[in-house]
Amino acid sequence: MTRRPHPSRPALVATAVTLALGTVGCGGGSGDSTSKGSPTGSSSREASSTGGGPSGEITVFAAASLKKTFTRIGADFEKAHPGAKVTFSFAGSSDLVAQIQQGAPADVLATADTRNMGRVTAESLTTAPPVVFASNTLEIAVPAGNPAHVSSLADLVQPGVKVVLCAPAVPCGSAATKVEQAAGVDIKPVSEEQSVTDVLGKVSAGEADAGLVYVTDVEGAGDAVQGITFPQSSAAVNSYPIAALKASRNAALADAFVQAVTGAPGQQVLAAAGFAKAP
Amino acid sequence: MSRSARTPRLGLPGWVFLPAVLGALFVVLPLLAMLTRVDWAQFPALVTSESSRAALLLSLRTSAASTVLCVLFGAPMAVVLARTRFRGQSVLRSLVLLPLVLPPVVGGIALLYTFGRRGLLGHTLDVLGLQVAFSTTAVVMAQTFVALPFLVVSLEGALRTGGQRYEEVAATLGARPTTVFLRVTLPLVLPGLASGAVLAFARALGEFGATITFAGSLQGVTRTLPLEIYLQRETDPQAAVALSLVLVVVATTVITVTRRSRVAP
Repeated sequence: MTRRPHPSRPALVATAVTLALGTVGCGGGSGDSTSKGSPTGSSSREASSTGGGPSGEITVFAAASLKKTFTRIGADFEKAHPGAKVTFSFAGSSDLVAQIQQGAPADVLATADTRNMGRVTAESLTTAPPVVFASNTLEIAVPAGNPAHVSSLADLVQPGVKVVLCAPAVPCGSAATKVEQAAGVDIKPVSEEQSVTDVLGKVSAGEADAGLVYVTDVEGAGDAVQGITFPQSSAAVNSYPIAALKASRNAALADAFVQAVTGAPGQQVLAAAGFAKAP
Repeated sequence: MSRSARTPRLGLPGWVFLPAVLGALFVVLPLLAMLTRVDWAQFPALVTSESSRAALLLSLRTSAASTVLCVLFGAPMAVVLARTRFRGQSVLRSLVLLPLVLPPVVGGIALLYTFGRRGLLGHTLDVLGLQVAFSTTAVVMAQTFVALPFLVVSLEGALRTGGQRYEEVAATLGARPTTVFLRVTLPLVLPGLASGAVLAFARALGEFGATITFAGSLQGVTRTLPLEIYLQRETDPQAAVALSLVLVVVATTVITVTRRSRVAP
């Protein structure tokens, strides 16, 4: 009486579970292998051994604030190295580091601060000590026309001036805290954003009267945003380090890209975008 | 044996179970994986920190408020869509349901250009002395925007399935439209309204993109639990995992409790 109408059903379920667990096992396995090996596959290995300068493919993980400059440097690099292909993944530095720690396929990492790069070097994931290739300082960003008539850091504490900052937990926020301390002001922001892009978005939309962003962000934002420099910005100089990663199977090309960024061609592009030289 | 031979078999084909189990694992496994990463020793301290409590309270408050708004506006919308016919109705329905498929960030940008300081209605609101941006009101608006279609869809489905027979009888007996709506239509679709409201609440609780784009992020004012999780991940991944678990538990509780109370008479 208690017999199931389909005796085969439990067996099927068991098969399904086994299969699923098997798949999970495979997934884990391949994840491990990518963390050790190169994702760019055999093509890069073959190509790099053909001689006549490094070629093949690399993936560069770079901080979101490097998007414009690195895209440009990458295009120039591909022209200078026929047969080379550079793919970029731009995101917040801490996101990139978390992805690399989980075995994401990357050959080169460039972060917007030394702290996040430190998390990668702490696990000895880089081939050589990171090199600082640029630096950046904060600037006050105001919407076009400067509706709240902001001219200095002290103006940001005026009542009625809506200021947006990065949250202290993110690099641009800790930089903001440093310059506030240096200037002896205590800004009460209406919002503490996740990233410098979010701050810039609120300012360029005119929602906020002012925000603290990097000099390069103001340069890149065009006419919607005006920048106001202030002397205390020297209290927080943000360094951008770059390093080739051990996980890369195309170390020659990865090193060549690092050299392109730290060398004259890359430095010119970075300077044109408002980045300062490495301190 | 003899019994199963006589009764017609209405069982499912056996092979259905394979993709069903795989699908279920795909949803459940990541949640279990998250559980394995929770630092249980630190858990109480992490979820009761000042910022965590502020975020949870704000999330519950704003989600409740946006659910009320969804019911107030969504129920009439569903009735209009289900019970009337007019030109361009299908286009209107698609537009109303758009937030279902729209990335929430897009919703946030759209809200910003409508209710923001320099938005379409921003100047009017400013004259009236209303400043929406960076306020808890903005959070509720963002949540309502993304959650409203869930209520409209559930309720419109319930209204169509329920049919109009009882409403017609009530009308023949001389009941006015308002009486029919409040005494006949609404009580009949109450379960549909309830499940729609639960869905809307759950969606509001998980809202992230539109909130961070439109409302900003400030502890106790606009930083809801999902925003707090995303921010904590930056410095304290353990706290982010602990808070994610809290959000999962709250959402699961809300859904199970309301389901059970609806199933049980």
